[in-house]
Amino acid sequence: MTADELVVSSDLDALPQVIGFVRQASMQAGLPESAIFACELATDEACTNIIDHAYAGRDDGVIRVACWSDADEFVVQLHDQGAAFDPAAVREPPLTEDLAGRPLGGLGLHFMRSLMDEVRFDFDPVTGNTLTMVKRF
Amino acid sequence: MTEFSIETQELKRCVLVILHGRIDSSKAPQVEAALKELIAADHYRIVIDMSGVEFVSSAFLRVLISTSKSVRRFNRGDVYLAAMPQRIRDVFDLAGLVPLFKTFDTQVEAVGSW
Repeated sequence: MTADELVVSSDLDALPQVIGFVRQASMQAGLPESAIFACELATDEACTNIIDHAYAGRDDGVIRVACWSDADEFVVQLHDQGAAFDPAAVREPPLTEDLAGRPLGGLGLHFMRSLMDEVRFDFDPVTGNTLTMVKRF
Repeated sequence: MTEFSIETQELKRCVLVILHGRIDSSKAPQVEAALKELIAADHYRIVIDMSGVEFVSSAFLRVLISTSKSVRRFNRGDVYLAAMPQRIRDVFDLAGLVPLFKTFDTQVEAVGSW
């Protein structure tokens, strides 16, 4: 089990490169197309959260992306050195409200949790945030 | 993979916006700017042709929610979505957004409904 790795700056312009990297790795792991799409979308949401929240929009941070697969699971791991992210502080978005009652945020974490089989956040005061997302296939 | 593009056409009764390619969170601001420009020019009846869209993230959905809220104000218009590929519809569904937008199977039906 060797991991493919990519390091990018915390810039939205790096997003297509990150998503392309995850797409390539998930294709090589043999995931079906629907699972590849799920990994791409979860990665987009995760990176956007890191840029907007951990790095507060700064583009000089570092995001490290690693992908690997075992027999029946594909893992995307994202690491940043921004502010600690507490998923418990994010409220579930209302999904049945009419348009006027819809807030503009909060969907990213909901997407990640819905699309992936496992989503885990770890924070270390020295090394930073590590987000591990697992897709089983 | 299709190159991301935004094309707008002013029609008699509405404006048609044709989106192509992957609208990830780095591209959503460009869609937002194009839609804001339309609203600033008093275009409130908008049809978005989604047939060529291959990927959307929640950033794009946020743009649509905010645009729809804006054009529906004073009953002056709406955003209609046409020819949404199933995978894109699934993303809308995940956000519980399918019932909140008028959707049409084809661009012609959406434009004709204004």
